[in-house]
Amino acid sequence: MSLGWKTPAPPAAALALALAACTGGARLPPPPPQTFSAAEIEKGAELAKLADCQGCHTADGGQAFAGGRPLKSPFGTIYTRNITPDPSTGLGRYSREAFVRALRRGVRFDGAELYPAMPYDHFAYADDADLGALYAYLMTRRPKDRPPTPNELIPPANIRGAVAIWKALFFHPGRFQPTPGQSAEFNRGAYLVQSLGHCGACHTPHNILDAEETKKPLQGGVQEGWYAPPLNALSPASVPWTPERVYRFLRTGFDRDHSAAAGPMGSVVRELARAPEPDVRALSVYLATLMQPASAAKGRAAPADHAAQAAAAQPAGAALYAGACAACHDAGAAMMREGRPPLQFATPPQEDRPTDVIQVILQGVQPATGPRGPYMPAFAGTLSDGQVAAIAAYVRARYSDRPPWKDLTSAVAKGRRQGGQG
Amino acid sequence: MSFVLTINGRDHPVDASPETPLLYVLRDDLRLNGAKFGCGLGQCGACTVQVDGKAAYACLLPVAAAAGRRIRTVEGLGTAEAPSPLQKAFMVEQAAQCGYCIAGMIMRAQALLDATPRPTEAEIRAHMQPNLCRCGTHMRILRAIRRAAGLPVEAASA
Ligand code: FES
Ligand code: FES
Repeated sequence: MSLGWKTPAPPAAALALALAACTGGARLPPPPPQTFSAAEIEKGAELAKLADCQGCHTADGGQAFAGGRPLKSPFGTIYTRNITPDPSTGLGRYSREAFVRALRRGVRFDGAELYPAMPYDHFAYADDADLGALYAYLMTRRPKDRPPTPNELIPPANIRGAVAIWKALFFHPGRFQPTPGQSAEFNRGAYLVQSLGHCGACHTPHNILDAEETKKPLQGGVQEGWYAPPLNALSPASVPWTPERVYRFLRTGFDRDHSAAAGPMGSVVRELARAPEPDVRALSVYLATLMQPASAAKGRAAPADHAAQAAAAQPAGAALYAGACAACHDAGAAMMREGRPPLQFATPPQEDRPTDVIQVILQGVQPATGPRGPYMPAFAGTLSDGQVAAIAAYVRARYSDRPPWKDLTSAVAKGRRQGGQG
Repeated sequence: MSFVLTINGRDHPVDASPETPLLYVLRDDLRLNGAKFGCGLGQCGACTVQVDGKAAYACLLPVAAAAGRRIRTVEGLGTAEAPSPLQKAFMVEQAAQCGYCIAGMIMRAQALLDATPRPTEAEIRAHMQPNLCRCGTHMRILRAIRRAAGLPVEAASA
């Protein structure tokens, strides 16, 4: 079944569009802030939350939108840009047309290529009016003079021009296609997921040149050392996702029938918590529909808890778990009485790879939406690779019906490097 | 099961079941009472010690995972008669009210200073973030850390 995923435009049309974008308007000076209407700015504020612009374009402890956050890719580290309206280091040099072109085509105000760390392969599907509203919002933020941090990329990725080749190979956006016969809410969700929400930037697998495998939309991908699980029929969740549960998760970073948002999803949730409710409902309806076949296939099987077998199979892991994890995760622990889900409800133990179980042990969970949110301490500093591996093996054996993960100790070492605790 | 714990440079044989938190062994078996039990959940930092030079919650570290590693507790820094420079800085700044959190605060701060002798204000704050003080002594604790690092005790802007 096709659920309205992006349809590529014919290359000729894309080329014509690119040429048109290269001329006209891009070099005009930006309009003065008073020219934006309050309604447009407000709409832009909502869309910026749905797109989580802040998540990438804000450094830890830095001013919102002033950039400087390191983003790791297979080709090195990219530092995000300042998108406050500062005239020399920020968006101050972008006319509306230049801004729309940057988001649609990945071209800087001066015509240079933008790295695809900026998900213009998704933003290309956004409405003109939505991009204009985003522009109005960003151009009315407090300007911050923060020059770009130089990227640390390996050749040939360090040559911006190389992006042109990448684009020729992988960047062929079309237009958003609503799915006939589906509700307006579903199609609103589809639009947001595919365009500004850019869910696929993490949840779609990437090829070796770090481009999304557009034939496998939302089938699960790796980002910043975390595994973003599939959001479609391949969803490994042990309890079926319903629109209500997806909504709870996106809105609060937590669903009692699943688990807590961790890693890069934390900042997504922080923004969605403040985004317009109807839009988050639309996202939930669309995503739950995509995942529905997975739920149907799973039927009524109860989530696993094989305590005795797991203790026999993984005694070292069982002892470490009892000392390091059980104070919160075992039945009757204070955290469980607060209504947190038991681990067999959480998705990471069910996933094909150990990535998320490892990262969550190493990095813990920071509350996404305020101090009352779910929290887990990080164990990167206290447990060795072998110890984290033993706990992961035990968790897998106890809380899933799936085969053991392989090469866990080296996976932990790799996870440490990718998660930045190496 | 028996384990050998290397604490403050000395080996201590202990007999405990492998999941026993290091904190219980320190306090109950070895009478090293500096580290405190606050929450037992990795949420407060009262139990902080160092493991291989890094700050760690002793309440969530099973003794099986602690064996064979370099453990350092507040007792290993100095004594009442001969306090360490960081302990002295806490005294000069009167950085304690009830004192319950302080051993953990000192051990976490010492881990930072060992790795980064002159940290920035932002580094100090980010590093100390996991440890809570229910008396609200944080500002004095920050001054003590700055003093020990040879920085101006009044905060530069973070
Ligand atoms: S007692 Fe260990 S963190 Fe609170
Ligand atoms: S001084 Fe009382 S808890 Fe910190």
